[in-house]
Amino acid sequence: MKYLDEFGNPVLAKRLVEEIHAATTRPWAMMEVCGGQTHSIIRHGIDQLLPEGVEMIHGPGCPVCVTPLEIIDKALAIAAQPGVIFCSFGDMLRVPGSGQDLFGVKSAGGDVRVVYSPLDALKIARENPERQVVFFGIGFETTAPANAMTVYQARRLGVTNFSLLVSHVLVPPAIAAIMESPVCRVQAFLAAGHVCSVMGTREYPPLAARYGVPIVVTGFEPLDILEGIRRTVVQLEAGRHEVENAYPRAVRDEGNPAAMAMLRDVFEVTDRTWRGIGMIPGSGWRLSSRYREFDAEQRFAVADIRTNESPLCRSGEVLQGLIKPHECAAFGKQCTPRNPLGATMVSSEGACAAYYAYRRLDLVQLS
Amino acid sequence: MIDFENWSCPVPLRDTPQVVMGHGGGGAMSAELVEHLFLPAYGSAVSPADSAVVPVLGGRIALSTDSYVVKPMFFPGGSIGDLAVNGTINDLAMSGASPLYLSIAFILQEGTPLATVGRIAVAVGSAASAAGVQVVTGDTKVVDNGSGDGVYLTTTGVGVVADGVTIGPERATAGDVVIISGDIGVHGVAVLSVRAGMEFETTVISDSAPLHGLVAAMLATGADVHTLRDPTRGGVAASLNEIARTAKVGIALDEPSLPIPATVADACSLLGLDPLQVANEGKVLVMVPADGAEAVLAAMRAHPYGGGARVIGRCVEEHPGMVTARTALGGTRIVNMPIGEQLPRIC
Repeated sequence: MKYLDEFGNPVLAKRLVEEIHAATTRPWAMMEVCGGQTHSIIRHGIDQLLPEGVEMIHGPGCPVCVTPLEIIDKALAIAAQPGVIFCSFGDMLRVPGSGQDLFGVKSAGGDVRVVYSPLDALKIARENPERQVVFFGIGFETTAPANAMTVYQARRLGVTNFSLLVSHVLVPPAIAAIMESPVCRVQAFLAAGHVCSVMGTREYPPLAARYGVPIVVTGFEPLDILEGIRRTVVQLEAGRHEVENAYPRAVRDEGNPAAMAMLRDVFEVTDRTWRGIGMIPGSGWRLSSRYREFDAEQRFAVADIRTNESPLCRSGEVLQGLIKPHECAAFGKQCTPRNPLGATMVSSEGACAAYYAYRRLDLVQLS
Repeated sequence: MIDFENWSCPVPLRDTPQVVMGHGGGGAMSAELVEHLFLPAYGSAVSPADSAVVPVLGGRIALSTDSYVVKPMFFPGGSIGDLAVNGTINDLAMSGASPLYLSIAFILQEGTPLATVGRIAVAVGSAASAAGVQVVTGDTKVVDNGSGDGVYLTTTGVGVVADGVTIGPERATAGDVVIISGDIGVHGVAVLSVRAGMEFETTVISDSAPLHGLVAAMLATGADVHTLRDPTRGGVAASLNEIARTAKVGIALDEPSLPIPATVADACSLLGLDPLQVANEGKVLVMVPADGAEAVLAAMRAHPYGGGARVIGRCVEEHPGMVTARTALGGTRIVNMPIGEQLPRIC
């Protein structure tokens, strides 16, 4: 991990910042797709170092934030059922559904457990054969291989009391949807490095060509992000729109073929509703027919879900880069990480939470 | 020393290798547990009566009480037993008190192995003895299997504050230097590394330690120490936010100065946690005016529990009630009060 520290080296960062300033002659608006990048940009104050006019628009790549409300409500309903052990990544527990969150279900007696890997949930299922164990399988292409592997293992081992509540989302259709929007201001993308470490870069050249935008595959440490921004500015200034890999230590063009084969076996493409954005065609994965028996939505009859979003929350506009978090009237007032109205305030990768956590000071001083 | 690992039950403890409801019933079984398990573990100072009677103490008296619900109960570098002793000693020490006496209550879940209770009691006894503090009274209750989780402890401590010593969060003042006594986040990472479902290999061991000796060494310099705080639950972030709000000062940290060991930084980065929000059990945050800071730092560094002491920031007039950090890249960010439990990130 010493290796990682080197990607936060302040001297090298200063040099990159200078190069970005030297390369910039005009204002540019670029979107970092991934919430992990948003978190890193705001935490390290990278956006404060950029030339005036170079604007980072925070993209929809926070899996917690875009998981549809209906799925959250289904998770709450399943987790509340007696006999169910409901396993989830930690930051899903505080995401508000229409009524409460998973913490609320837990305090009311539901067996809700935080795990670090879906394989841990499978282990729990094998240790508790008389209980139904459900894993909340959400996320982008990054988290999908582990979920696919878990379902694959469950079938191989004959574990019949395990199921997956799945709501995977995909980056390329989201990029297309953002560019198709009539109010789109995005001129370039920093693509999500870890998504590309799974899927490779070959999905992106058609997008770059169709919409005339540079797409630079970018990592997560400060130097990674600055290098991604530098290459993007250089392309924009030169009028080019190509796919570049600025994260070669983790990303190969062909991706991870073993993971992709597993994904093709376990999942199939489906239309998906993104919380705050709406339905994007072909933007999700669900379990393929071969694995449908492991689908928690099939196993548990959770019909009659009526969703109810806060009328104040403007997270949809934040997720599409139309407003900055503090431009929402509820930001820091009715909506805080402690009482989030929308998911972007919950996850530490959510743009609203990142602004609240690290940037409140400037906003207070500005106002 | 009793060999709790190879516990062979002496006749008076009957033949139950686990806690049964009768151990909390106040009858013969309770008495036997005290006589044959707790007293040998604590030493001779425990009062046989319901209350301990001790001499009137000079100066002002400091009192503190704290409950311990640690999962798992044993972790690299310590156990719930020494946490319960050191934690209460440290709460007293943070007001500048010299801790003298402890009272300790055990809440046992039915079915807990007596060997486990024994190991914890011995850890309590050894930690108290190492710190020069006497366990003078205690209590035991048993709850039904399923109503608790192994062993819960509550300790109450009594100490004496010397005349002229006034230490508290409200005294933190703009201009004060902020010092920490050593590495940040090691206790929390040590406990997480053995928590069920999260096991990972690390060389990190808990920093659980009694800090009253270190505090005495700091006060002996004659410096006007304003504020002391041991950053336990919620970590450095929670402690500094509490102080900033109480004293209505801003606190400005210098992020590159924060002593976060690579092992802790790596574990936190992997788990999606912030080291500043991770618990410490043997560290102290100090606010002291700049003219006394050098002497205090030197005294801390000369003490076994303060070898890694260093300045991490300043109290400032700007942004009262808020803690900020200057990042390595030159940006500024807010260091927040953690909300509740830290939630590991999805990716």
